[in-house]
Amino acid sequence: MSEVWLVVLVVGAATVALKAAGPVLLGGRDLPPPVLRVVTLLAPALLAALVAVGLFAGDRQLVLDERVAGLGAAALALAVRAPILVVVVAAAVATALARALG
Amino acid sequence: MAFAFGLSFGVLAKASGMGSLAPVVMSMTTFAGSAQFAAASVLGTGGGALAAIGAATLLNTRYAPISLTVAPSMGGSPLSRLLRSQLIVDESWAVAQAGGGRVDRRILMGAGALLWFGWVGGTVVGVLGAGFIGNPARYGLDAAFPALFLALLVAQLDSRRAILAAVLGATIALTLVPFSAAGVPIIAASLACLVGLWRS
Repeated sequence: MSEVWLVVLVVGAATVALKAAGPVLLGGRDLPPPVLRVVTLLAPALLAALVAVGLFAGDRQLVLDERVAGLGAAALALAVRAPILVVVVAAAVATALARALG
Repeated sequence: MAFAFGLSFGVLAKASGMGSLAPVVMSMTTFAGSAQFAAASVLGTGGGALAAIGAATLLNTRYAPISLTVAPSMGGSPLSRLLRSQLIVDESWAVAQAGGGRVDRRILMGAGALLWFGWVGGTVVGVLGAGFIGNPARYGLDAAFPALFLALLVAQLDSRRAILAAVLGATIALTLVPFSAAGVPIIAASLACLVGLWRS
């Protein structure tokens, strides 16, 4: 089996198991309150990390590049309460523009 | 959206020597954008199968805690729970947040199904059209992802504790970027949710 297919199979199987863990093991039951408080905060913690890494991470280093223009455009769109799609498109267009001009 | 990211995955996977069929099968079964991008980039830079599996699986370990948050709102037989849980992805989970740590099951499933078709369809078009499209970064797609997460994050910042968890999560992640493999910073950032143990 080639390397590529080995990766596809193993990662696929691991991901199926990870996604199913919660619902299969304790589906339909409620979580105890302290656990609930902790998982409530998973969303902001992970989302903030995804934003930060998506904008500033290069190959094992922090970089400041055209993506910052996208961040600015997204923040501006959010400030005027634009719909999510507008926020996303504004970020992509601003980054593409900054790259084309830079 | 998912279509555009699927398309860029198809293009990048093809460019990193994964062929045409493997990226499509991966989109259908793994169905997790960041892990697939990580696997493709590790393979493309000659990191080998083990490193690719490690990076992608590590990135997806966040689905263990994420799937725990979904568990209370998902009933039915174990098999149906197993199948439906596969529609959990960052985006479907984030838009389905109903407050207080609960998720809206219908939104989760609906958004998950839409994303799946967009993601797989985009991958197919991406591997087929790889030669014509060139580098997706030219269209600013790499900034679209964080912008989506930023919009979803803002909606989550409804308490001091949430803001603290967000700041802590971003700080942990950025601090680790220079010292760890792709994926590790995001997983480590999930530790920031432990501020929830502290009663206010």
